[in-house]
Amino acid sequence: MSLPPLVEPAAELTVDEVRRYSRHLIIPDVGMAGQKRLKNAKVLCVGAGGLGSPALLYLAAAGVGTLGIVEFDEVDESNLQRQVIHGQSDVGRSKAESARDSVQEINPYTRVILHQERLDSSNVMEIFAGYDLIVDGTDNFATRYLVNDACVLLNKPYVWGSIYRFDGQASVFWSEHGPCYRCLYPEPPPPGMVPSCAEGGVLGVLCASVGSIQVTEAIKVLTGTGEPLVGRLMIYDALEMTYRQVKVRKDPECAVCGKNPSVTELIDYEAFCGVVSEEAQEAARDATITPRQLKEWLDTGENVDIIDVREPNEYEIVSIPGARLVPKDEFLMGNALQGLPQDKKIVLHCKTGVRSAEVLAVLKSAGFSDAVHLGGGVIGWVNQIEPEKPVY
Amino acid sequence: MAIEVRIPTILRSYTDGAKAVQGTGGTLGELFADLETRHPGIRERLVEEDGDLRRFVNVYLNDEDVRFLDGISTGLSEGDSVTILPAVAGG
Repeated sequence: MSLPPLVEPAAELTVDEVRRYSRHLIIPDVGMAGQKRLKNAKVLCVGAGGLGSPALLYLAAAGVGTLGIVEFDEVDESNLQRQVIHGQSDVGRSKAESARDSVQEINPYTRVILHQERLDSSNVMEIFAGYDLIVDGTDNFATRYLVNDACVLLNKPYVWGSIYRFDGQASVFWSEHGPCYRCLYPEPPPPGMVPSCAEGGVLGVLCASVGSIQVTEAIKVLTGTGEPLVGRLMIYDALEMTYRQVKVRKDPECAVCGKNPSVTELIDYEAFCGVVSEEAQEAARDATITPRQLKEWLDTGENVDIIDVREPNEYEIVSIPGARLVPKDEFLMGNALQGLPQDKKIVLHCKTGVRSAEVLAVLKSAGFSDAVHLGGGVIGWVNQIEPEKPVY
Repeated sequence: MAIEVRIPTILRSYTDGAKAVQGTGGTLGELFADLETRHPGIRERLVEEDGDLRRFVNVYLNDEDVRFLDGISTGLSEGDSVTILPAVAGG
């Protein structure tokens, strides 16, 4: 299925622009008309992180006339393994400003608009309204459903990509011409079931593999070139080095783009996706301790069993003195409960306190009513108690 | 009747790390019951207590989403390939 160009061509290219874009101009399928469309295009990139980095760099280099960047975060050292739009000297700076500087260095003809705020139901419609196409480089389910629903309501093409470890997925959602994100994934997984990149890791260069698919698709949709990835899901496996495609059908029962939509305006996406399950919230209530409390218990010789529920390679990076490793799945899948002591106070911890809250719920329902978990996890511990240790 | 089932990264803890396993069954439901005998716990990650497929896990028969076929009752044939694809949100 080919689609007509999304954007009308700009009136002209300057002599400087012709020189700059000459390798595009001599491709018959792009040519002057296609390059003028890119010049006239307004593309919004949500996030200037893993996927946003290559996406913004290549969109700018390609000659997209206006680039919007939604980003509220600051550059952290742990970003630099994959977020190639930022450099060492940008650590601590606003990501939006750092990304803008890189874009302007690559292409001074691109106009950059910064939206230095967290995208939510109150600002998304106004921000999106100024753009032709949205590229998604966010890192959580809540924002992805928010972006999707806003794109459906505003009828904007939504160039989507998602990554985890060695696996990538990409598609173009456009309810006028095909399915939306909710047609593919009607509901988010329960909180805690799917690890984030911060918990599970991601191969840095995977961002480029998936981000480049997103930019390719954005350029095709803007200029009306080729067969856009509408109604298809691309699945990339870096370990096998394979790209597979599956069909994505428009769901007539879809909550937002179906025949009788139940979502006709934006909803509360944090509540829709959850961050911590209700069971875990309930378990953690009155059973969450601070790093200082744990330090005090250790110093006074309290009889505690500190259990680290992260994965072995996380434990290898940094751990709390005396903690023993029992990964979360060993509790969820069954037999780790048998190894728990009855005569010691159990203190669970993970990286930031989400996974340990989930395990705490399992322990509480198994009768370990005195068990507690460490709020803020090992990251909180390092920040407050052992700042000389690394965080990740 | 051997059917290849492709296992996503987050479910490989049930398959000793295997990316693909073989199973048998005339329907998707029978296939998952068969997998459960060798990979205990995997069925619960795919199927609700009432027997329907979980909404946040996509299952493809060859390249078709089984939600648009017969869901958990989708019929299988020798040589079919089943892909389990969970939602991921990293970026």
